[in-house]
Amino acid sequence: MAAELKPRATRDAYGEALLELGARHPDVVALDADLSGSTKSGKFAAAYPQRFFNAGVAEANMMNMAAGLAIGGKIPYASTFAVFATGRAFDQVRQSIAQPRLPVRICASHGGLTVGEDGCTHQSIEDIGLMRMLPNMRVVVPADFNQTYAAVIESYNLPGPMYLRTGRPSVPFLYEKVPEGIGNGCDILKEGSDISIFACGIMVAKALEAARLLEKRDIDAEVVNVSIIKPIDADTVAGSLSKTGRAITAEEHSIIGGLGNAVAEVAAEQCPVRIGRLGIKDTFGKSGHPDQLLEEFHLTVADLVSLALDMQKSE
Amino acid sequence: MVTAAGSGHPGGSLSATDIVAALYFQVLKHNPADPKWPGRDRFILSKGHCAPVLYAALARSGYFPVEDLLNLRKIDCHLQGHPDMHKTPGVEISSGSLGQGLSVSIGMALAMRLDNLPGHIFTLMGDGESQEGEVWEAAMAASHYKLNNLTAIIDANGLQIDGFTNDIMNVEPLPEKFAAFGWSTLAIDGNNMEQVLDALERSRTSAGPAAIIARTVKGKGVSFMENNAGWHGKAPKAAEAEQALAELAGEEIQESREKVGS
Repeated sequence: MAAELKPRATRDAYGEALLELGARHPDVVALDADLSGSTKSGKFAAAYPQRFFNAGVAEANMMNMAAGLAIGGKIPYASTFAVFATGRAFDQVRQSIAQPRLPVRICASHGGLTVGEDGCTHQSIEDIGLMRMLPNMRVVVPADFNQTYAAVIESYNLPGPMYLRTGRPSVPFLYEKVPEGIGNGCDILKEGSDISIFACGIMVAKALEAARLLEKRDIDAEVVNVSIIKPIDADTVAGSLSKTGRAITAEEHSIIGGLGNAVAEVAAEQCPVRIGRLGIKDTFGKSGHPDQLLEEFHLTVADLVSLALDMQKSE
Repeated sequence: MVTAAGSGHPGGSLSATDIVAALYFQVLKHNPADPKWPGRDRFILSKGHCAPVLYAALARSGYFPVEDLLNLRKIDCHLQGHPDMHKTPGVEISSGSLGQGLSVSIGMALAMRLDNLPGHIFTLMGDGESQEGEVWEAAMAASHYKLNNLTAIIDANGLQIDGFTNDIMNVEPLPEKFAAFGWSTLAIDGNNMEQVLDALERSRTSAGPAAIIARTVKGKGVSFMENNAGWHGKAPKAAEAEQALAELAGEEIQESREKVGS
């Protein structure tokens, strides 16, 4: 972990990378639905007002405008909160973006519980599942500022649509520099032989910390940062599973539909092993400080450690 | 075509036939040999269930063989139940789920403005479709962006699947509503070719987006389909189709009309 760097939010990386894309590519356009300050698309808006379209509080219209801009040859980046991007505008994303495979980049911020005090209405715990269900849709959940920056820059060249989830809180740096890209989206950050921990987003840093603590208990955990939830790098996932024989998935999302499912699907077909899913257990969130919420919903380093120990014990 | 498919939407296709014919055979600048010609006008079918009228116009324009029409909705045919922009030449957007086409048109109009393209966008919607809230999000946005390269045509046939639009959920007064959203508005008889052509051409030069409220008859030209919600999404049987085509060809078959229309 690049501990000397002050933690920063992944949404900030989106804003800065989008600005760079705007400078590099005249066909990049951006849209927002009255949340450009929060999603950080406002930086692009200030620099390239002719190429920025604020749809107002009208997410359905925004997604379809993005589709129209893509049909017109532009590379649109559309942002709002994850809960609105995927839930409010699902049918628009489905019919006008995913079905026609248009190169729209849906870059949603405020994924998961760490939205915090706004409560369950604004905490998106279904977005990865909703987007993963759509054929043609690539689903990306980067783990830190630098990886997010790389994912956004790299996305310019994608032929089809992408859903990228960023978060509200500052998170530790895991990559010292902006990587060349995010590759196949399965980055083994720590090799291990006893258990695989597949994590995405804010849970990756926690997984690394948990692995350090598990080492003291003589458990050698492998930590895999899964930044591309779909299409998941099945070879890397299955390779890790066959090496360790058991796994934990960790995500700031419902245990239904997200990373846990994606890994379990690979396991079921290629390497059946026991999997413990750490995530939001089929319930909605609530108001509170993000750290309090992560404790209450069992998404902490301690929860990861105890799940790993339980799985070890019960075998 | 719909009879051969065994399913489909004749009613709303027929109410819009005069409008679509006026566009493809008179108003639109387009090139069937080069469907993606950047300088073209664009026709957007937002009410995607009326694909039959679009497919007929595209085929007669030369985008694909007329014979393809008899394979509408068949497996392996490019003519999907609702339009697919990647399967059928000349189809500009994929549509079907209602209320999205005007918003997509706005995005296209903005892209054309950024690229200084001369084309005009004509988007056909239904009056029942205008019950979708997104239509009004789009109405707001088009006038906000002063899109003078966009014309919305509302095929106001007064019917929807469950009955008369005024009974199900009143969307009127449509001209006043679009005017209140900042659009130039024209109300016409949408089955009067002279009025249709005049309105479409005039809409090209409005200061902002233009809405043409076209009062039409659902099932126009087929006696037993006219103003009958039952023909929204039902294919005519062979004998019915024969009669319908004969009537559309201008041959009055009074006897059959009395029999089927009763």
